[in-house]
Amino acid sequence: MLLKVSEVTVEFGGVTAVADLSLEIGQGELIGIIGPNGAGKTTLMRVITGMVRPTSGRVLLRGLDITHWTIDQRVRSGLALAQQIVKPLATFTLAENVALACGSRRMGSPWQAMTTIDRNLELERARALLEMMGIGGAADDYPSEVPLGYLKCLELARALALEPDLILLDEPLAGLNQAEAAQMADRIASLVTATRSIILIEHNLREVIRICPKLFVQDHGGNLDFGPTQQVMANPKVRAAYLGEGAG
Amino acid sequence: MAITVLFALSLNVITGFCGQVSLGHAAFYGIGAYAGAMLTKAGWPLLAALLPAAGLAGFIGFLVGLMSLRVRHDFLAITTMGIAFLFVGIVRKQEWLGGEIGISGIPAVAFGREGLLLVAVACAGIFAAVTIYLKRSWMGFAFDSIADDEDTARILGIDVPRFKLWAFVIGTSGAGIAGALYAHHVRYIGPDSFGFVESVTVLAMVIIGGIGSVWAVALAAAVLSVLPLWFQFVDDYKLLIYGLLVFAVMRFSPNGIAGALQNLKRRPR
Repeated sequence: MLLKVSEVTVEFGGVTAVADLSLEIGQGELIGIIGPNGAGKTTLMRVITGMVRPTSGRVLLRGLDITHWTIDQRVRSGLALAQQIVKPLATFTLAENVALACGSRRMGSPWQAMTTIDRNLELERARALLEMMGIGGAADDYPSEVPLGYLKCLELARALALEPDLILLDEPLAGLNQAEAAQMADRIASLVTATRSIILIEHNLREVIRICPKLFVQDHGGNLDFGPTQQVMANPKVRAAYLGEGAG
Repeated sequence: MAITVLFALSLNVITGFCGQVSLGHAAFYGIGAYAGAMLTKAGWPLLAALLPAAGLAGFIGFLVGLMSLRVRHDFLAITTMGIAFLFVGIVRKQEWLGGEIGISGIPAVAFGREGLLLVAVACAGIFAAVTIYLKRSWMGFAFDSIADDEDTARILGIDVPRFKLWAFVIGTSGAGIAGALYAHHVRYIGPDSFGFVESVTVLAMVIIGGIGSVWAVALAAAVLSVLPLWFQFVDDYKLLIYGLLVFAVMRFSPNGIAGALQNLKRRPR
């Protein structure tokens, strides 16, 4: 098992955002997490990445308990995150944004970072990744000079640059038009390999159903259903809670 | 002048490269000055005293850095301001450090005032070269990312606390060397020589030069340290002039002299 979220609860000042949730993802899997606004999807993702500490429960990566690890420790151990609100480094070009991610594993210690001058290797890799994302032409532009679609691709390129075993994507299709969303969804699906898994949190149900073989449905902080997409979407509780259709 | 340049460049590593505002940098200048003065009074040659002075300032800088890891922006500025007041407050009460009166009779260096000038120039030159190297290295790249947005830097796998600590240690060690040299330049030091005003003054030099730019900060520190010696009125109204300069820089060129020159270069003809 690549990642195991075990009985995680998150409370914010008496409000339960995530209630006793468990989730498992193996190598080479693509899981979509869906649920209405306020269901706790982003909080669950933040627990996995370490941005939020759970009130109770554990997060295991390849069997290792990473519940109390910092974000950067998790990232260097194989997790990568693309956030809902794109946050590029504004003073870096797109290529430099990706290059920093390319080198972060190798430059984990400040001593290594201090004794390394050459950035060309990372910049070359960064350009190749941006090319792969279809935005190679903007490699030397600054984030403020490119459209949102480019920044979404930049987030993906940065996540890939970390050479992760598991990528967590928080609403990567938000703000994109239908054609762009379909293109981005295809790109996300193509990133899954035998050794790389993806957790996709997304409101665009059409694309999620299209590309994700498994769905995890969250509602009111809890888990409504988890399993193969067709089976989950046929669940009357899911249809009632998420799609607003009458059960049965 | 060379001592002030070294002092300003040392703050530039913390504030300019790594984006950590420090309003208490004079405390580390003071630690280096007191350590250097005590050691040479105990019979150490100045050159041998520089290393422990840098080491002590760097060690205290490490501890302050550790304490500062949980605070950011305005809160970090206030925390470091507290360090400046704490330093003066503690030193004033320590009789073995001369208390309110300070330390006088700091031995003249064996190689004379010209020799001290050469040592100061060499130290400033070496530190400038080290910081230019740092800026070009991967560490400089990581510092830039932390200064830009430390949350994003973390998501990209940068060990932000460790890099910040390194910036604090390198910067405060440099201030320690500058302080030890200063003590032997003036040959008398007291707690008020390293107060809040000195911390703000050196920060003003970094801002006026252009946060992060080694040569521009060195130039601003050199000019601003020499002007009061050349023009009496500058000395009389030093703080007022520095304040006006910082205001002008913030209003017209937030990236300082370096930023203004870059804009001139980019301006289409």
